[in-house]
Amino acid sequence: MGHLTTSPTIEPGQDGTMILNMGPQHPSTHGVLRLVLEIEGENVIRIMPDIGYLHTGIEKTCEAKFYQQVVVLTDRIDYLCPLTNNLCYVLAVEKLLGLEIPERAQWLRVLLNELTRINSHLVWLGTHALDIGAMSVFLYCFREREDVLRIFEMVSGQRMMTSYFRIGGLALEPPLGFFDRVKKFADSFPKRVDEYEELLTSNPIWVERTKGVAYISQEDAIALGATGPTLRASGVDFDLRRDIPYSSYDKFQFEVPVSTDSDVFARYILRVREMRESNKIVQQALAGMPSGPVKADAPKVVLPDREAMKTQMESLIYHFKIITEGFAVPEGEVYQAVESPRGEMGYYVVSDGTAKPYRVHMRGASFANLQALPKMCEGRLIADVVAAIGSIDIVLGEIDR
Amino acid sequence: MPLVPAITDLELLTKHFAVAQLLAWNRAAVLSAKFDRDELSVSIAPSHIRESCAILRDDSQAQFNFLSDITAVDWYPSEPRFEVVYHLLSIPRRDRVRLKVRLPGSDPCVESITTVWPAADFFEREIFDLFGIQFHGHPYLRRLMMPEDWEGYPLRKDYPVEGYR
Repeated sequence: MGHLTTSPTIEPGQDGTMILNMGPQHPSTHGVLRLVLEIEGENVIRIMPDIGYLHTGIEKTCEAKFYQQVVVLTDRIDYLCPLTNNLCYVLAVEKLLGLEIPERAQWLRVLLNELTRINSHLVWLGTHALDIGAMSVFLYCFREREDVLRIFEMVSGQRMMTSYFRIGGLALEPPLGFFDRVKKFADSFPKRVDEYEELLTSNPIWVERTKGVAYISQEDAIALGATGPTLRASGVDFDLRRDIPYSSYDKFQFEVPVSTDSDVFARYILRVREMRESNKIVQQALAGMPSGPVKADAPKVVLPDREAMKTQMESLIYHFKIITEGFAVPEGEVYQAVESPRGEMGYYVVSDGTAKPYRVHMRGASFANLQALPKMCEGRLIADVVAAIGSIDIVLGEIDR
Repeated sequence: MPLVPAITDLELLTKHFAVAQLLAWNRAAVLSAKFDRDELSVSIAPSHIRESCAILRDDSQAQFNFLSDITAVDWYPSEPRFEVVYHLLSIPRRDRVRLKVRLPGSDPCVESITTVWPAADFFEREIFDLFGIQFHGHPYLRRLMMPEDWEGYPLRKDYPVEGYR
């Protein structure tokens, strides 16, 4: 956060250029991103992202909490896909513990993760279209997003900060009527995506504003650490769900959309196709949902059911122990990565054998993707900067942590 | 998956391309290696980290072409105090490796790898900001998260969680 220095690297006035400050309260920066632009007429010469306005020290806070308490913090990192963050963290700790998770819990995690991806992409599509000037798409997207949020509320009691995945499984068995509701949503969703596509895909204004804009080559995208749709739009066929599977993603059939156009339009098309693929995964998860428990058989780690706690002495003792002392995790370190809607979300967790993590580090996909922004914008028109920011789909909570 | 004992014998680990290539390049660069919980970690001598990264990136077998993450761990009060951790990913082979260097508590400094991967820019700035580790050769090593005039390095273990009041 170099906001005390007025011009971080850029010396104003060279060769008749001008320094323009964008953000941190600019509506198109999706949060509190500040960009310092050096412009010459309408052309961007240099661009310098300035971040840190939302830094809350989550990594430091994690070190002072028990392992099970950190789950709540992970929701707040990327607030558009809390369940993906929950999943990544609990997978990392389960790997440290060497814990086996029941199949039903794994499938439910996949199902909710794909709904989260749909939720996140809907917010992205709505706001991205709004940035570029298509107002009505926003209203359509938020209509469907509301359905997804109601599903989250039904299952976890919260619309956004779900904390539904716990170390060793899920917080609860989903309530009655949950699967019917998801089914109803998944059946109607492809038609809704058709509606968005009708509004945008062949809309001449949309195409004009996005085709050929914010180009980045494959080499640059890899070197700058871009992941997710930003990388796949540059022709790299890589998706962690398929290539390094976790949480039984290997049991699902889905396509990974790839494009070689590397522009804003390609990223738009990929994300829309990803929503359709996510919906397919949701349908598969509903059709093949295994039965069984949703919590691992590990009484020292997993909180007992309320019913067992009220009737059995041991359960009461375990409950008391976990809440007051936490549970010790064997020494070691793991790096667990999952495919978040924005790209590679990674958690590096180090344990020193106590009940609190020694170090938790989050690798935010947006944090790395943001570094690709200058490459996309430099030498191009200033009006396209807004389109470029929208196309990499940044979430500042994840960047600043 | 249930836990199995970690493998630390270098000879047994040479079946991994990362270990084999680094040993073939310079035996002195590899201090130790560990295969634990399906993840490979290699400890590198601090003076060789940039070249090690370049070797693993350019090697036709290892193909670690992508930098996933860089972070640091503070092992206060033991010495060497800091550990900088690099996570590399091979997109063609779908494989990961973790490189680690240990740095002393007084004046911690390591070579920047921004020349190997420009992606290291923000990650190294973040570590400089929150741990106070210097990166030699970084083009613009300034605070990233905290204000410019902030005193202290918040992620160090001797920095209180509540901050100084």
